[in-house]
Amino acid sequence: MATRIFVPRDAAARAVGADKVAAAIVDEARRVGVDVEVVRTGSRGLFWLEPMVEVTAPAGRVAFGPVAVKDVAGLVATRFATSHALCLGRPEDIPFLKRQTRFTFARCGVIEPLSIADYRATGGWRGLERARSLGPTATIEEVTKSGLRGRGGAGFPTGIKWKTVADTPAGRKYIVCNADEGDSGTYADRMIMEGDPFLLIEGMAIAGFAVGATKGYVYIRSEYPDAIRIMERAVTIAEAQDLLGQKAGFEIEIRVGAGAYVCGEETSLLESLEGRRGQVRAKPPLPAHKGLFGRPTVINNVISLVSVPAILAEGAKNYADLGVGRSRGTMPIQLAGNVKYGGLFEAAFGLSLGEIVDDIGGGTASGRSVRAVQVGGPLGAYFPRSLFDTPFDYESFAALDGLIGHGGVVVFDDTVDMARQARFALEFCAIESCGKCTPCRIGSVRGMETVDKIIRGERAAANLALITDLCQTLKFGSLCALGGFTPYPVMSAIRHFPEDFDRPQLKTAAA
Amino acid sequence: MAAWNESQAREILRRHVRREGALLPLLHDVQAAFGHIPGPAVPFIAEALNLTRAEVHGVVSFYHDFRDKPAGRHVLKLCRAEACQSVNSEELARQILDRFGLEWGATTPDGRLTVEATYCLGLCASGPAAMLDGEPVARLTPASVDDIAREIG
Repeated sequence: MATRIFVPRDAAARAVGADKVAAAIVDEARRVGVDVEVVRTGSRGLFWLEPMVEVTAPAGRVAFGPVAVKDVAGLVATRFATSHALCLGRPEDIPFLKRQTRFTFARCGVIEPLSIADYRATGGWRGLERARSLGPTATIEEVTKSGLRGRGGAGFPTGIKWKTVADTPAGRKYIVCNADEGDSGTYADRMIMEGDPFLLIEGMAIAGFAVGATKGYVYIRSEYPDAIRIMERAVTIAEAQDLLGQKAGFEIEIRVGAGAYVCGEETSLLESLEGRRGQVRAKPPLPAHKGLFGRPTVINNVISLVSVPAILAEGAKNYADLGVGRSRGTMPIQLAGNVKYGGLFEAAFGLSLGEIVDDIGGGTASGRSVRAVQVGGPLGAYFPRSLFDTPFDYESFAALDGLIGHGGVVVFDDTVDMARQARFALEFCAIESCGKCTPCRIGSVRGMETVDKIIRGERAAANLALITDLCQTLKFGSLCALGGFTPYPVMSAIRHFPEDFDRPQLKTAAA
Repeated sequence: MAAWNESQAREILRRHVRREGALLPLLHDVQAAFGHIPGPAVPFIAEALNLTRAEVHGVVSFYHDFRDKPAGRHVLKLCRAEACQSVNSEELARQILDRFGLEWGATTPDGRLTVEATYCLGLCASGPAAMLDGEPVARLTPASVDDIAREIG
């Protein structure tokens, strides 16, 4: 029987040569006459070990990594012996994986993403079956009881959102999946779409069943071509088996964004889906009442939707038992940037930021000391080491004028210039502003100019006061989170790293 | 890449005209066929979807992806977002731009390469990251700049 060899085809694995490694394994095995079957999976999310190759062995799989093309001949010659220098042992025993609670990402990196048989064999569709046996009302109750909150960043209770849509009478309702994962430092949506696409389909089908919607859209950013391809193929495969489409009573269409960060904001995304400029809508009306094409719409992040099948299959209590305070269940924390062990770490809420960065992430990749950590994407605050005891949950981060957002944690070493980071936050806001509201459209540009003055050493104290004032206007006067939360990275940089804003004063003749 | 022609445009239109919110998928396909959104496409699409030319132009100009002129034969998108910044992507980007004598968004005079900024490719644990002709590349080093130069010939 052929030895099964698993090579990820996750974009982050392909980006470091996984395709070439897979091809080399096939070639080398043929050359030496070994019978192998190469299976392309998603990624386990241990990115410093990618390409991570796994081989079936009597006691389960054995992992090797990071594998380069030059290593393949040796691996094949020794028949992937556990004595090989790249052998990592059983993947489940690698501490980074062993410490996780893989509730949502259980299959990711394990199964062949487009094999519907693999999906079913590993518990797929059980959530949808349970939802059907419970009926729509009890399904929504189950989601509410699980304590699941929106994983896109806003943290709104998913069950309540669903109930609002279910209770709004309409001839046509929609499920919209927000897969416009634009936050730097995040890749959980991308990984799950590439590694377990049927899970998202199942999550959306459950949502459709629960609220009475017959059509779903997945809005995927154009920067994710692999995820787009895999989701499109997964939908076609599910349609062929009548798991989607007319007979199933629920259809899904994949739509592609066009490079606008602001379309990750839900109302802007709806505008974009309708074929317009991605400009934010004022709320109310809520999308749950008047969403896509004016119809009641559930708009959920990918991770919210993919959390649902396991919640239904395992029961709300199992999910709600995890976590702390009002942050229930698990969160896929995404370690990114200058970090030694970068990757996806799914865990119950409540780990401290220090545990995440130092223990799990292993500190910086550069080997220098960690100086700042940005949590929650470009709209999230920068944290200094002195706040590393902050528990990772919605409320604790909000209390510190920050957010956990979509779970991205970007690590910076001591070479970072926090005044530059503050400037970038405002520059990014200026580049991506939809232009609808003035604080965001103009405030971002003025803010950038003011930080430039501080960096040049022009009237630092007066300009810092001006920035603080401007950030108040952005925070309270903007229509959406882009303008409203840009003050978080800016003000946290000023507050926690004041020394970086204390530039040598410019000597002016006028003074 | 084809030059603008209405018969091909009509064929693309036929695939989309009945869809809800057809404009973005339609524009993506027009750009895939012609390499950019040619000027004559705007009134053509407006007419077909019963929109004003201003509405179509407004959408084309809103989204970073849509081009009003063709890109180079190769397109290199370099990530400039925070996770890549933390591993010195800006320094590397400067080397790349200088090597080809380009500024952000520009194309070499021989039409071989366009270098663009992008803000996150979701390869944030493997930075600096980029996309070359739609294919992801990560853990970029000064040596990989040589590889890219070789690849684009």
